[in-house]
Amino acid sequence: MNELAKELAGRYGARGWHDIRKDLASVEVDAIRIRDVMAYLRDEAGYGHLSFMTAIDNIERGAFTLSYALRDHDARRGLIVHADVDRAEPTVDSIHLLWGQAWTYQREMREWFGIDFPGSPRVDEEFVLEGWEGPPMMRRDFDSLAYSDATYAERPGRVTHDPASHMREKLYPEAAQ
Amino acid sequence: MSEKKTIPAPLANEGLPPEERGLFCDAAPREYEPARGAWERFLNWARSESLWLLGFGTGCGAIELRPLMTSRFDMYRYGIQPRPTPRQSSVFVIGGYASVKTLKRIVRSYEQMMGPKFVLALGSCTINGGMYWDSYNTIKRIDQYIPVDVYIAGCMPRPEALLAGFQELKRIIKSGGGEGQNEYARNFDWYKANQKKVIKDWNMPDYNW
Repeated sequence: MNELAKELAGRYGARGWHDIRKDLASVEVDAIRIRDVMAYLRDEAGYGHLSFMTAIDNIERGAFTLSYALRDHDARRGLIVHADVDRAEPTVDSIHLLWGQAWTYQREMREWFGIDFPGSPRVDEEFVLEGWEGPPMMRRDFDSLAYSDATYAERPGRVTHDPASHMREKLYPEAAQ
Repeated sequence: MSEKKTIPAPLANEGLPPEERGLFCDAAPREYEPARGAWERFLNWARSESLWLLGFGTGCGAIELRPLMTSRFDMYRYGIQPRPTPRQSSVFVIGGYASVKTLKRIVRSYEQMMGPKFVLALGSCTINGGMYWDSYNTIKRIDQYIPVDVYIAGCMPRPEALLAGFQELKRIIKSGGGEGQNEYARNFDWYKANQKKVIKDWNMPDYNW
């Protein structure tokens, strides 16, 4: 465990420090602490750049895992901060006051996963979809195929082959029999 | 002498706010009335030899239009050239998949094009959805929403295939086919119903002319 890991653990109860590469690590924190952690990392620890943030739908344990990828350009190291948020009631503090670009990501996550970031600018406006009425489509319990079948007209006669068996029959017909 | 024409009811344009409805056309599209005999044949020849396509790349297949334009495949030798606005175009190349958001623009551009107008649908996505067959936001067949004259299969079709498609379109036009515009006018209500079924936030005129 390095200094920063100890510091984060002591201050914010961070856990699970994991060195992915020599210059890249990840750490988990509680979602309620996310803004404090981000402010500390930006102002004290040197991680001045928010590369991106995204969410992962961990439906098995009923949580969205938010991932904030930070970069310290002077020390040439990166840190990914994970925070689990309850899938049934996904509300997280906005960090748009720390990094202006965050509100775009937050708007994206609001539309795609239904995660709310109260106070984030334009967070309730539509982002890439227009007139979308279905559930947030990046949630894993959203059935894309069923939605597509119900919504869009299909041309009959479409055939799908399993690539492996199709090529086996095509290239080695004697072996397939 | 004059035949009595049935004038269709004006369009409601319910997607627009009331103060804007007067700014847009409320007439449904009409069928093209061909000229007589040889003159129409001459017009068809002229149309087929100067296909002006709308420079609107609607999907990934639009990347095939660039080699088609430039020196190697050189579509200009066939009288095909891109135009920057639908008002000057007669051919719309649907470049592959069309998301609902793009479909809205496709419908709008198609309706703004001058008649007679033709549609080339490129790639398997326009035919049966292609690799986007289970996508939540991509339509599976374009001919439900606008009429299509020629399909060019492939993912992607090569520029040669596109040229073959253009030649086929020329043949259709010269033989007096290319009824897409008339089909659209005849089945306008059906096309509109299909379009409005997938475009949930209909905030444009019913006929974008």
